[in-house]
This record gives sequence, C-alpha cells and structure tokens, in this order.
Amino acid sequence: MSVADSTLRPADPYRLGYRAPNLARGHGGGGPATKRVIVGYGFWLFLLSDIVLFSCLFAAYAVLADATAGGPSARGIFDLNRVAVETACLLASSFSCGLATIAVARRNQILAQVALTITGLLGLAFLLLEASEFAALHAHGYGPTRSAFLTGFFTLVGCHGLHVTAGLLWLGTMMAQSFAKGFRPDIGRRFLCFSMFWHFLDIIWVAIFSLVYLVGTRL
Amino acid sequence: MLGKLGWNAIPFDQPIPLTAGAVVMLILLGILVFVIVKGWLPYLWKEWITSVDHKHIGIMYVLLGLVMLVRGFIDAIMMRSQQALAFHAQGYLPPEHYDQVFSAHGTIMVLFAAMPLVIGIMNFVVPLQLGVRDVAFPTLNSVSFWLTATGALLVNLSLVVGEFARTGWLPYPPLSELRYSPGVGVDYYLWAVQISGVGTLLTGINFVTTILKIRAPGMTYLRMPMFCWTALASCLLILAAFPVLTATLAMLTLDRYLGFHFFTNEAGGNAMMFMNLIWAWGHPEVYILVLPAFGIYSEVISTFSGKPLFGYRSMVAATLFICIVSFCTWLHHFFTMGAGGDVNAVFGITTSIIAVGTGVKMYNWLFTMYGGRIRFDTPMLWSLAFMTTFITGGLTGVLLAVPPADFVLHNSLFLVAHFHHVIVGGVVFALLAAIAYWWPKAFGFRLHEGWGRAAFWFGFVGFYVTFMPLYVVGILGMTRRLQHYDVPEWRSWILISGLGVLILIGAVICQVAQLVVSIVRKNALRDVTGDPWDGRTLEWATPSPPPVFNFAVLPQVKEAEYYWEAKRRAREAARLGKEPDYAPVEMPRNSPTGFVCAFFATVIGFALIWHIWWLMIVGLVGAYATFVVFAWRDVPEYAIPAEEVARIDRANRAARGEALTGEALA
Repeated sequence: MSVADSTLRPADPYRLGYRAPNLARGHGGGGPATKRVIVGYGFWLFLLSDIVLFSCLFAAYAVLADATAGGPSARGIFDLNRVAVETACLLASSFSCGLATIAVARRNQILAQVALTITGLLGLAFLLLEASEFAALHAHGYGPTRSAFLTGFFTLVGCHGLHVTAGLLWLGTMMAQSFAKGFRPDIGRRFLCFSMFWHFLDIIWVAIFSLVYLVGTRL
Repeated sequence: MLGKLGWNAIPFDQPIPLTAGAVVMLILLGILVFVIVKGWLPYLWKEWITSVDHKHIGIMYVLLGLVMLVRGFIDAIMMRSQQALAFHAQGYLPPEHYDQVFSAHGTIMVLFAAMPLVIGIMNFVVPLQLGVRDVAFPTLNSVSFWLTATGALLVNLSLVVGEFARTGWLPYPPLSELRYSPGVGVDYYLWAVQISGVGTLLTGINFVTTILKIRAPGMTYLRMPMFCWTALASCLLILAAFPVLTATLAMLTLDRYLGFHFFTNEAGGNAMMFMNLIWAWGHPEVYILVLPAFGIYSEVISTFSGKPLFGYRSMVAATLFICIVSFCTWLHHFFTMGAGGDVNAVFGITTSIIAVGTGVKMYNWLFTMYGGRIRFDTPMLWSLAFMTTFITGGLTGVLLAVPPADFVLHNSLFLVAHFHHVIVGGVVFALLAAIAYWWPKAFGFRLHEGWGRAAFWFGFVGFYVTFMPLYVVGILGMTRRLQHYDVPEWRSWILISGLGVLILIGAVICQVAQLVVSIVRKNALRDVTGDPWDGRTLEWATPSPPPVFNFAVLPQVKEAEYYWEAKRRAREAARLGKEPDYAPVEMPRNSPTGFVCAFFATVIGFALIWHIWWLMIVGLVGAYATFVVFAWRDVPEYAIPAEEVARIDRANRAARGEALTGEALA
C-alpha cells in the first residue's frame, strides 16, 4: 500500500497555491495566535455581523422612505441643530475613548477612569438628546406607527440607540472591574473590544447622520 | 399578572397534542428520576451541562439534533397519514392543527435538527482535525449550545402551552401579522428562532476565529482537511446570513408587538421586503447545511477508498465559489411574485451556475474512488447513496431554476420533492455517515455494522418510495400543504408515499436498535488504537475517546495528510516515532454560564411570548447578573500535570505499538 501510495502520486510541477508556510503565530506555520489576537479577531467578526444587521435596517429604511402614507416625509421633521450636537457628543466621546486607550496602555488607573467617565457622560448626553427627539416627534403624532417611513426611521435610529445603551452598561461594568481588579490581561482584552465597539458605533452613526438626516432633509 | 397566559392556553379539547405532551413529560420525568436515583446528577452537571470541552458540547448538539429529528419525523408521519386518509374526507387532523404540524415540521427539521447536527459534528471534529486543544472561545461555545437548546425547548413547549405558527416554516406576512394570526403561534416561532439564531451566530464567530487563528504549527491553509474548509465556508455564511435573519424577525416582531408597519398592508408597509430579506438568509442557510455535508463525504470517501482526496485545491475553490454565489440566488424562491422577466432571468442564470461548483465536487469524489481499494462500511454506503441521489435531486433543482418551468411547478409537491431530495439525500445522509464514522472516536467503540446496514437499506429505499411519487403528483398539479383533496389521479401516488414513510419508520427502528446493540456489546466493538478506519487526518492520532486536552503535544505538521504520512513512515520502520517531551497543559475551567444564560433566555422568551412584562425584566436582570459574575471570575484555567499527560499518551502509544507489531508479523 505504501509503495503504491508514493508512486501513484501525480507530478505537480507548478505547486499552485502551495507556498512556504508563514512562520508567524496565527498564520499557519507558527501555531495558534496569541490570546489578544484571538479575542480581538473574534470581536471584529462580531462587529462585521453587526454591520450586516444594520445594513438590513438601512435597506429597509431606504425601501420605506417614500411610503409616508399621507404623513410627514423626512423633509421638515428633523431638527438638524439637535442632530449636530448629538453627533458632536458621540465623536468627542470616541476621542476620550482613545485617551482611555493610552491610559490603559500606560497602566494609569486615574487617567483611565477619568477618560472613561467622560466617554460615558458624552454617550449619556447623546442618548438623552436622541430620546428628546423621539419624544418631540411622538408629541406631534409622528410616532413609528404613523407610517412605514417612520417605522423604518425609528427602528434604524433606535437600534443604534440601543447599542449605545448596551455600550454604557458595558462601560460601567468594565470601569468597576478595572477599579476593583486592576489592569489584568483579560480586562485589557475586554477594553480592546469595548473601544472597537465604541468606534464602530461612531461609524454607524456617521452613516445614519449622512443617509437619514442630511440626505433626508436636503433632497 | 400573567399577560395572555391562562388555563385556556392548554388544549384540553385536543387529545393528540395533549397526549403527546403528557408522554414526553412522563419520559423526561422518568429520565430525571432515574438519573437522580442512580446518583448521576453531579456527574452530568460537572462533565456535561457545565462542560466547555468542544467534544462534549458537540455530542450534546448531536443528541439534541437526533431527538428533534425524531420529533420532526413524527410530524412528517402525521402529514403523510393525514393525506393518505383525507381523500374525499377530512382525515383526523383538523385544518388549524394540520397547519401547525407542517409549520413545526419545517422549522424543526431545518433549525433544530439539521443545524444542531451539523454544528455538533463541526464542534467535535474541527479542533481535532486542526490539531489543537479547543475552540477560540470555549465558554461562548457552551452558551451557543444552550441557547439552541432554549429555542428547541420553546418550540416543544408550544405543543402543550398555547399553539405553534400556522404560517409555514417561514412566516410570510401579511398572514403572519397580528391581524391574521392573532394567537401566540407566530410569537413562539419568532422567539424560538431568534434565541437559537443568536446561538448559531456566536458559533459562526467562534469557528471562523478558530479555523483562521488557531491551528497546529505547520497547519497551513492548504494542509487543512477538507471538512475544515467546508466548516469555514459554512461559518462564514453564518456570519453574513444570520444577522439578516435576526433583523428580519425583529422587524416582524416590531410589527406584531408595537404596531409598526414594516410588512403590513396598511400605512405603506411592504410585504415583498420580507420575502427578499428572509430568503437573503434562507438561501445561504441551505449551503450552511450542505457545505459541511460535502466535507463529511470528502473525508469518508477518501478514507474508505484508501486514497488522498482527488483535486483537493479544486475542491477548496469550488467550496469558496459556492460560499459566495449562494448569496446571489435568493430570488429564485419567488420567481412568481412579479419581479419581472429581466430580474428572473438573472437569478435563473445564477441558480444554474451554482450547480457548477457541486459538479466539480462530484467529479472529484468519483476520481477519488477511481483506482482505490474501496471498503463498503456504513459511512461509505451513505456516501455512495448520496452521490446518486444528489445528482438527480440537483437536476430537478436546475429544472426549477428555469423561470418558465418554475411558473408551472412552484408551490407544488414537485418543489417539496425537490428540496427533500437534496436535503435528505445531501445533508441527512451525510450526518448519518458522520455519526457512524466518528462514533468510535467519540465513545471508544464502533457501531454495530449489521444494524447500520439494515438502517441504510431501509432509509435509502424508504426515501425513494416516499419522495419520488411526490414529483409525480406535483406534475399532476397537487399543491403543497393540502389538508384534504378530491382528485382521484393523486390518490394512488399519495398512498405509495405513505408506504415509503412506513419503510422509513423501519430505518429509524434499525438506527435506534443499532445504538442499543452497540452500547450493550461495546466491549466486543472496542476501538483500542484510536484509528479504527485507517484514517488520514489528525483526529485519528488521538486515543478514542480523546482526553480532555486532545493532543499531549501539539503536532508539528510538515505536509498535507500529515498523519497518514507519519503512519506510513511508522509502518515502514515497524515502530512508532520517538516519544515527545511532555509538558503540563492549561485547559479552560468548566462554567455554568451557558446553562444559566439559557435559563434566563427561556424565561425572557416565554415572558415575551405571553406578554408577561415583569417576568421579562426579571429575566433581563438575571442575564446581566450572569454576565457580571462570569466577567468577575479570577481563575479561568486549570493545569493538567505533565505526568498525567504522559500517562494517557503512553497508554495510547503502547496500544498503537502493539497494533503495529501485529501488522508487521501478519
């Protein structure tokens, strides 16, 4: 059997697709990647799947944008000044989240806690502004049940708001943990994921800001 | 206080679900009492329920899948017998019950039988084939399993508390909207599928990370066994498709719970958007199931032909081709819904093109067998049956891909025959082959061959007798999901199909008998060396069953089919390679997080279905508390000392050395 096996193996002059193995860890030749790479990589995949989820909500909003059922359209119901302040809050919170990354890298507990508190407060301000927008629309009778357009709007923006809420809960838990336990490696990895999540929420918001608010009010 | 829940939720006037529910509960209660009396509860809790070992989680997935497969098969028996009786008559199932039966059958078979079985096999096999000790996120893996189990529990609960959806396995609006389905049936569907869908998504993340980032040293992409490639492609599809399912079901949920207008008839809602979104998930879902099945056939055919897989690189290319093109065909599920000739033509062509990838695979399997010394054990029999069955089933699919033909055949039993032809012939045959093939690895003894062959022949023949007549009645114009009919031309074909189900019952009995007989005679069937089939991939390098750490020392992979080559060298030298240096092994500690998470997910799901808002809040707080407790733990791992590792590995080396000298003497 063994002889037949070696003589029957066909010649393969080009060895297409077979290169010398990359010897770095996590790249085939070097064995499993480090824990930090594995956790970060897995969380990236989660974020990609979350982007797919948001893309469905964007698509639904685009399909339903003209289905106003005699109700209001995107033109005229949004207060762009409030949206500008919301955007400023969220983008500034990403900056302070970046400062927290530096503080964690330097093992500076006080700076990390301060930067994360600022991040959380800015996120909270964003949420309160969004809630006031929703409340104002609702008071005018423009709730999500009014038309398919408003259904799509409230779901898309509300889903982002729910993500921010979950992020705040995560942030608070992680701050308490890092205060109680110090900068353990597992908490460091969790922080890496949180900062990725927080910047990801920015990217989604930029898309919402452009496609829903700017395009909606200008077209 | 209890929302919509009341005594009227329990169907006291319907004897069938009530008796079925009572029997199931008695069986469960009996098992529980038996386990407690025998004192097995601490063992079950420590070794299985809280286990984060990918092998144990995989086995639990397979067990869940098999139980739900039987449940779905009972639904199938009810449907076939109802149609056999309901000629010029009402049969024994009233329409509202019959509608629940076919909806539950489809939902269970795809999401709670086939998916757990496929994911279970992936769980068990992939880390072993990659030559590593566990998946990327072991505790998350346990969470995935228990969330899937939660979904299955909710579906079964609907049998006795309330009702299940009457909308078909995909709840098309506007029928599934609150106005036309006011009961809790669709809500059971939504929350069961949503919760288990989250579990599946987490599995996708876990396995893509594992396959791309955690492989034994030297295990480059083109040295990975074929099953790992197909598992990777399947999990990439899960990552891209399951969020679409989550979003779509969330939209329908908002329509039903908060009066939104995504898919309603009023206020500008758009029901066609649901068809597009659900099939943008639904079509890749087919390939999520069948790609790992292709991987299983590749392993089995190569092993039982005693040859390397023919055209390995073209197989990888075909797998990734199917992975991508599967996202470009979804519209063929609703050619008749008015997208227009141009759009239909494009999707008809993409649907035909995807068959090319499968064709490449078919030729590769044929050439793998060509010139090989083929052994006809049960896994190989299932694989051969698959090849003939899947080609014809695929051809009827290509026929349906032609839009004008589809206009004639859509929504008929021809379609039902087609997708059972490919899913049973493609996925179920593969899973039965996989269970027979990897059973010795999982439990340390083989399955009884005679009963396995009997199950195969009953299953193979029964499948054809059941589904071929459905093609004929489909062409004769019989639409699917008929509760009764009065066309005499259909009658005899429906009766033949019913006969086929009887043969399939024989297959199920043989399969169960095989398990019982094998467990009773396990000493005679024991697999001593850990390599009962003369395997080619790394899982056969471990003892059967593998120790918790899988490999005493991570293998240093030097070439494709590394284990086969190492075995060949050992045979030529008539002795094993030299003993490795053993070191202590760090393994993740068991954790009840998954089980507790699923408990709260069940509470939340049940509360949402019945509108018990306070209970939902309790569930959410409990889930958050579980998360915090898990995050707070200090010691995530434990060490296995080097002596223990050495003891286990030396025992296996002794068995293998003995087999080797025996072989040399023979």
